[in-house]
Formats: sequence, structure tokens, C-alpha cells
Amino acid sequence: MYTETARTDRTRRQRGRPSPPPRRRRNLGHRILGSGLIEALAAPHGADRYLELVRPGWSVRELRAEVTAVHHPAPDSVTLTLRPNHLWRGHEPGQFVRCTVEIDGVRRARCYSPASSAHRSDGMLELTARAHPEGLVSRFLHEHAAPGMVVGLEPAAGDFVLSAERPDRLALISGGSGITPVMSMLRTLIEEDHRGEIAFLHYARNPDRVPYARELAQIAVQAPGVNVAFAYTRGARGGGPQGARGNGLAGHFSLDHLSAIAPELAATEIYVCGPAGLIDAVRAACNPERVHSESFVPPALTLDARDAAGAVSFARSGIDAPNSGATLLEQAEAAGLKPAHGCRMGICHTCTCRKLAGGVRNVVTGEISSTEDEDIQICVSVPAGSVALDL
Amino acid sequence: MTDTVPKLTPEQLDIFGQELDAIRQRVLDDRGERDLDYIRRMIRIQRGLEVTGRGLLFASCIPPAWLAGVTALSLSKILDNMEIGHNVMHGQYDWTGDPALSGHGFEWDTACPSDQWRHSHNYMHHTHTNIVGKDRDLGYGILRMSEEQSWNPYYLGNPVYAVLLAVFFEWGVAMHDLEVERLGSGDIAWDEKRDLLAGIWRKASRQVLKDYVLFPILAGPQAALVLVGNATANIVRNLWTCTIIFCGHFPAGVIEFTEEETAQETRGEWYFRQLLGSANLTGGKLFHIMAGNLSHQIEHHLFPDIPAHRYGEIAVEVSELCARFGIPYNTGPLGKQFGSVVKKICRLALPDRLRGATPAPAPAAAAPPADAPHEPLLVAG
Ligand SMILES: Cc1cc2nc3c(=O)[nH]c(=O)nc-3n(C[C@H](O)[C@H](O)[C@H](O)COP(=O)(O)OP(=O)(O)OC[C@H]3O[C@@H](n4cnc5c(N)ncnc54)[C@H](O)[C@@H]3O)c2cc1C
Ligand code: FES
Repeated sequence: MYTETARTDRTRRQRGRPSPPPRRRRNLGHRILGSGLIEALAAPHGADRYLELVRPGWSVRELRAEVTAVHHPAPDSVTLTLRPNHLWRGHEPGQFVRCTVEIDGVRRARCYSPASSAHRSDGMLELTARAHPEGLVSRFLHEHAAPGMVVGLEPAAGDFVLSAERPDRLALISGGSGITPVMSMLRTLIEEDHRGEIAFLHYARNPDRVPYARELAQIAVQAPGVNVAFAYTRGARGGGPQGARGNGLAGHFSLDHLSAIAPELAATEIYVCGPAGLIDAVRAACNPERVHSESFVPPALTLDARDAAGAVSFARSGIDAPNSGATLLEQAEAAGLKPAHGCRMGICHTCTCRKLAGGVRNVVTGEISSTEDEDIQICVSVPAGSVALDL
Repeated sequence: MTDTVPKLTPEQLDIFGQELDAIRQRVLDDRGERDLDYIRRMIRIQRGLEVTGRGLLFASCIPPAWLAGVTALSLSKILDNMEIGHNVMHGQYDWTGDPALSGHGFEWDTACPSDQWRHSHNYMHHTHTNIVGKDRDLGYGILRMSEEQSWNPYYLGNPVYAVLLAVFFEWGVAMHDLEVERLGSGDIAWDEKRDLLAGIWRKASRQVLKDYVLFPILAGPQAALVLVGNATANIVRNLWTCTIIFCGHFPAGVIEFTEEETAQETRGEWYFRQLLGSANLTGGKLFHIMAGNLSHQIEHHLFPDIPAHRYGEIAVEVSELCARFGIPYNTGPLGKQFGSVVKKICRLALPDRLRGATPAPAPAAAAPPADAPHEPLLVAG
């Protein structure tokens, strides 16, 4: 339960309460609260359900974080500093976290890649989100995030990470909001006193859409072996900070941009995060074996429930079947599964089951939903394209 | 009791169903922060009452503290079971995505394991409401609550069983899915119910451990007072929930159905049965909250997964709709409805011929004369 999101947070911001330093180790308090006796006394709800009423960020079992600072590094971006609770186990540079916020009563989870160094000494986590004009969560964070707000987290995940044995030469390439994981890589490498060459190449539509521009300029000047260049895809001429190589870049990715700041390209490990077009261009121009990439853009969903397209995947049972157009309960039964059910008409919620991915149409209300990781009643849901169920 | 069922044409029933669907959809579309704020406020109040109640009971040697502690703990258990647990477990807040409010994950402060409750209540009772032979809430396998159940001398004890059920309601509910009466008669074997028994054992032992062992021990010299206090709170909750629940389906005018009548129901007919099979209680805001809004039993049975605090608003529309279709809308104050439940329990204790087999009183609201028995209606699709 993340009580009191945007509203109370504003009052806290006005008070400007300074945040106490984080305590990360499992201290005595956590041990007592997590003990069998306390759980037995707090049965059947569990200690967390009482603790969170005292303070939303408190939890013995759930990973959560409190927003301690908010700023807007570019007009359409928001940077949150988060203090995770004691369950946070850190992240590798480049990984992402699933972050849950409550918007008009409904929890929404989205992935964000921490931009902070993996070695940040105060235990804080920094996320930067670009507000998509139509985006639900990114706009909410941009408009409403404030110190004191509590968000849910999941442990960091993702394979887009620096190899444990750090390469000597790296190129970190990003487009738009894709700057965050490579920023984390850069900051981590600098804290590790990386001795090799790092080329940091960022694409943005225009100069005022670049978060971290000032910090990057500073790094380029102070950190030996780090070259930074910005390229603008809409008109403006880009470049790097004073004295840096790669000044005057414009347009979309080209090998010239990269070789200007990474001369020994053949020996360079390339990390690229951004739109599919950028990733494809980098792969085409460089040795694909050296290219590691990640894209934030979700694959397009076809949400037409009338033509029974796609496949239904029952993830826990490891069964995949072509979508027959029937309700998911019927399709599960046809696949030989025996999901719990009762009324088969949408009343009793016995059949409720987690949808991991894909879109479904509710046959009673006609409503189409493509939210990831949501509970649906499978007796009244038909797939709209491919669907994955936790069954 | 088909003779008191008002007769609606298939077309009327379809329109009736569509109008109810429209009400439901409107509320669904409007769900949001208001509902979440409401249920969280209830949870905060309940947890506050619980902590206060248990805290006061540690000072049990002071009689007013004991009394206040028992009161707070009773209220906490009532809120937990009714306005929070029962409603959350119906999936009323599944849309929020909050695991603390998930209909599948919620456990409540009573002996009955939540998964068994979801089966016996959400599915069996809500799907088969008031169908004699299918809805085990009709008498819970212990009482005679309908003329359709044939009389035998066992039922002479009807009022006594009812009082016992009310006092130990939490245990009755916990054992509901076991179908003890059928186990006793040898209809089903104990073996079939082994998993259910294990589930009840797990849940009930945790409840007993907490209320009757751990908290009393922690109270040291006042252990006995705490134990009695916790038991009292459980019984107060039992009496109250049982009263409210009995008033939802057993007052005069509520109609029972047969399996044949309901074999091929349309959506409109399903709504129609839910409506005729339930009864409301009138009262103030606090009363509705403490009743878990089951005082709006009719609306709850029409829309079991709509956040219950909305039933009051919907009730205005539902009762207007009923008036328009000439369908009786059974409602009254607690005293009246409860009185008629008690009368029914006593009346049905006697064999039909001793009672002169008086037909059940007609429903409260005016209904068009029922000239033909209600027939199942089939609608294509
Ligand atoms: C591994 C991973 C890491 C991520 N890290 C970050 C990060 O560090 N910073 C960040 O800002 N975002 C990041 N994202 C994207 C983020 O998870 C959300 O998708 C994004 O914030 C939009 O969410 P929303 O709720 O605002 O938009 P939604 O309401 O979900 O979508 C609104 C519209 O925007 C479109 N849309 C959604 N996401 C994108 C996108 N990335 N690009 C273009 N169109 C989109 C949708 O198709 C839809 O039409 C990451 C995504 C992934 C998968
Ligand atoms: S089986 Fe009852 S809601 Fe799906």
C-alpha cells in the first residue's frame, strides 16, 4: 500500500524536510519485525500491513523506495532521487528496475534504468524519465512526483550491462531517454577510475532535450580518456564541450560521428540504448559482435480481438497454443490445463489469474486492456493478439 | 414459492438486464482514487481499533479498560470481516493492482481460510443464490430455512441450532465447505475432504494461537482476562455478522428457486433471481459500514464485485428500476427484518401440517399478480 501519493507529498516539499541518511543493513529493528513471533501476532495480515500505515515506505518484505529529491534536467524530463528500503540489493550499470506508482487508484508499473553509478555511496538511486506526451506514468512522474512520495520497486534486472571485466575501450551511444543506462555505465566507470578510452555519443532532437548535459560537459573536461559528443537530429548543430573532439555533429547516427570520438573503433566495445532505428544503424555500421543494445520502446501490440491472431502462452506450464478466439479459460482447458474457476460468467473472481503480457478483451464490458502484469478474469477474457498467462 | 414471483416477459427481462448492466458499467468506469481512499480509510480505522483494543486489554485489570478493549477489538474484527475482508475477497478492488487489496491474496481475521470462503461464498452462494439444493447458505446444512426442505423431527431444534450457529458463526463458516451433514450421512467420504480439513486446520490454528495463546501469554498475570476478552470479541463479531447475513436472505418476502426453474437462465433472469433472493436493511451511514454494506444485500447480489461503499448510491436507481418493472424490492429496518427471520426459524421448526401450512407473506412492494408459474426462458446466443 503506497498511501498518500501526490497530495500529501506537496505539503512535505513545502516544509523542505531534509532526508535522514539511509540505513541499508538489516538492523535489529528489521530482524525483530521480520521474526516469527511478530508475524504470528500480526496474522493474518502480516507486519507490513501495519507498518506501512505508520509510514508508507516502511516494509519488512516489500521493496519500496521513497522519493527524496525531484528535479527537471530538461523541460520534458524528470529526475527522481530514490531512497530504497533495506531490501534493495543494488544494480549493475545498465540494468533497469520496475517501478510502481499509483495513479487515480490504480498501480502502474514501468521499467526505468537507474542513471546513477552502481557504486553510489549514499545508497540512493537516480531515475530519469522522459515525459511522453501521451504517456501515463512518465507524465505522472513529470507532473506529480515530489519528495516523500513512495514507489514500489522490483530488484534490478536486465542483461544490458557492462561486462564484469571492464573493456579498455568503450563507446556508449544513446538516443533520447535511452541516455540513462549508459549514463550509469559512464558514472560507474569513472568511479572505478577506468583507465581506458570512453566515447559517449548522445542523440537528441535539439539541445534543450539533453538531460545531464552539464555533468557530461564537466566529465569531458575532467576525466581523462572520456570523449563526449552530442548530435541533434532536428536542425541544430551539435557537438561536444569546448575542446572536445566531435564538434558540429548533426543528423542521425553515422559512422563518422562515432569514429570522430572513438578512433580505434575495431577494438571498441559498443553499448547502445535508444530507438530501434539507432540500434539498427549502429549494428549495420560496426562489428555486430561488439554491439550490446537495449530499446525502451515496447513492441507494437495488435489489439484486434475479432481475428484470433497470435498465440496464448501458459507460462507456468510451459505450454503454447495458437489463439483460438475463445475465452482464455476455455483455451486453457483445451490445452489440457485445469485452472480454478467457478461461475464462468465473471461474477465470482475464482478464475482470476495474472496476465504477464499481451492484450485481452473483456467479453462482458468490451474493454480492451494491454497492461503488463495485471490480474484478469480468464472466464470473460479473450485474447487480443498474443497473450502470456501465469498458468 | 413460484406463486409469488412476479411475471415478466422475456423482452422485459432483457431490458431489465440491460439497464442493470448499464448501472454496473457506469460505476466500473468511474472507479478510481475515491474508492481506494475509502477502503484504505477503513483499513486504517480497523488496524487502529485492533491495536488500541489489544493494547487496552493488556490493562485488563482495570475493568473499564477491559470493556473498552473488547469493544475496540470487536469493532475491529467486524470491520475486518465485513467491510474489508468480505468485500476485498469479492475482487472489488482487484483493479487497483495493490497486492494488499487483491481478492485472491487477502486473508481475514476469522477461522475460515479465505480460499475456501471464496469457493463456498463467491462461487457457490453468489452463483446459485437461493436455489434450493444448490445454495448451501440456505440453512447452512443445519437449519430449515425453506418450506422446500422437507420437515423431520430434527428440525424441532431449529431455533436452538440457529442460536448455536450465531454464537459460533466463525466456526460454522470455517466448516461450511466440509458439508458436515453429508459427511455424517455417508454421502461423501472424509477422504475427499482431507485437503479442506488441512486448510481449515492451518488457518484456524493460527487464529487460535494468536487470540488464545500468544496475546494472553504476553499479558502475563492478566492472561485469563485477555483470553476471555479475545473470546468475547470473537463472539460479538459472530453474533453481529450472523444477524446481518441472515437478514440478507431469510426475511419474509425473499423468494427461493428450484434447480429446474433456473437451469437455463439469461442474464436478465439471473439478475431477477438475485434481486428476489435478497433483502436490504435500512439505517444510517455507520450502520451500513458496520454491516459491510451487506445492508445493501440486493445491490451486492446484483453487482458483487463493485466496491461496496457504492451500493448506497446505486440503491436509489435499483429501487426505481424495480418499481418501474413491478418487481418487489425487499427492504426494512433491522428490527423488522430480524423479527421476521426469527419468526421463520421458529415456524419452520414445526411440521407443515401443525402450522396449517400458511403460505409465506407476500413481498412488501406491490407486484403484478403472478398468474402462471415462472418458466425458464431461453434466449439465443
Ligand atoms: C528496460 C527498459 C528500461 C527503460 N528505462 C527508461 C528510462 O530510464 N527512462 C525513461 O524515460 N523510460 C524508460 N523506459 C520506458 C518506460 O518504461 C516507459 O515505457 C515510458 O516511461 C512510457 O511510459 P508511460 O506510462 O508514460 O507511457 P504509456 O502510457 O505506457 O504509453 C503511451 C504511449 O507512448 C508510447 N510509448 C511508450 N513507451 C515509449 C517509448 N519508450 N518510446 C516511444 N514511445 C513510447 C506507447 O506506445 C503509447 O502509445 C524503459 C523501458 C524499458 C523496457
Ligand atoms: S469463473 Fe467466476 S469470475 Fe471467472
